[in-house]
Amino acid sequence: MLTATDLACSRGERQLFERLCFALEAGQWLHVKGENGAGKTTLLRTVVGLSPADRGQVRWRGADIRDQPGDYRRAFVYLGHPACLKDDLSPLENLQLALQLDGFEPREEDVLQALQRLGLHGREDLPSRVLSAGQRRRVLLARLLLRPAQLWILDEPFNALDAAATELLLSMVRHHLDAGGVAVLTSHQTMPLAQSREVRL
Amino acid sequence: MRTVLIALRRDLLLAGRRRSEVLTALLFFVVVVSLFPIGVGPERALLRRIGPGVLWVAALLATLLGLPRLFAADHADGTLEQMALSPQPFALQVMGKLAAHWLLCGLPLVVLAPVLGLLFGLSADALLVLTLSLLIGTPLLSLIGAIGAALTLGVRGGGVLLSLLVLPLFIPALVFGAGSVDAQAAGLGVQGHLSVLGAMLALAAFFAPWATTVSLRIAME
Repeated sequence: MLTATDLACSRGERQLFERLCFALEAGQWLHVKGENGAGKTTLLRTVVGLSPADRGQVRWRGADIRDQPGDYRRAFVYLGHPACLKDDLSPLENLQLALQLDGFEPREEDVLQALQRLGLHGREDLPSRVLSAGQRRRVLLARLLLRPAQLWILDEPFNALDAAATELLLSMVRHHLDAGGVAVLTSHQTMPLAQSREVRL
Repeated sequence: MRTVLIALRRDLLLAGRRRSEVLTALLFFVVVVSLFPIGVGPERALLRRIGPGVLWVAALLATLLGLPRLFAADHADGTLEQMALSPQPFALQVMGKLAAHWLLCGLPLVVLAPVLGLLFGLSADALLVLTLSLLIGTPLLSLIGAIGAALTLGVRGGGVLLSLLVLPLFIPALVFGAGSVDAQAAGLGVQGHLSVLGAMLALAAFFAPWATTVSLRIAME
């Protein structure tokens, strides 16, 4: 479903990676490994189309992602390092607005349920600025439950998560893959997930 | 259209939680305009002569004051990136943001202008023309400013650079905006000036969201 051929990226003068290839079929996930500054985030940003590659192309369902931006963006969720939260809004408002901007019509019960599942019960209506780093991360991850997407692209998703949340996220990813989804993750940990492909930058 | 409205509502909601930021630009406008009669002295003819220009320049500066924050907060917390990756067209979301910016920073200036115009002893007709010219002119300022704000996003010392970039681009709006009141005073009719201002607004409304979107995408690369 997701393939990359002959990708090359550089930051300024420095070549981060070149001749990078991978192919993912339904139910598979890609583990992007590499030291700090090796270009993991750049690779992910290239895959979602935020940063252009120097060479090579990324294909989704056989077509170049640049030729089908609308369809491709509907198909993936990208969660990067920032928590994408407005400090003045509550987690509930944040999620509702984010989903509406993406063109979805989330029901309030569903959003509340997703927040509850991520252990944020009772914090739905607090301003997001009072949340801890881990809680902010959980609000971000709630999008995975609320937005239907075949491709999950997650940059260091386990950052700032405690053991329970890590376990929950792993089960979410497992469920996603079992349902025929595809995922691209960067992480320094080894992950107890089957069907992994690996790239090392 | 729905996308524009959602983005608009979002920014209005955010501004509602942070009223002080909006009020700062407004107060700035009021204070700057009020300083002139105090500084220049109470000579009626002179005040009447410089009034429209002062109000227009103050409106330019007040717009400029809010511009660096137009995209900076969304850029810092990652929401701008999510908007760019949304299945909905990014340009429409940007248009919603610009509409919100004008409602919060432009429209209040238009409403306050006739009141402040009284400080300069402007006649009722002059006040009407001034308000009309600002009504057409302030969205134009927001649109042009947005391009500058997008271009300087993430640049160190972007605020100063933004002023240098955008202020020259505001000149045509200033010439025809403030000029419309002079034309009215000279009995030349204001239609010409306001039409040119309207034409510039139409042109900017067409190109500015697109240019802003492209600049934002480049800034986020």
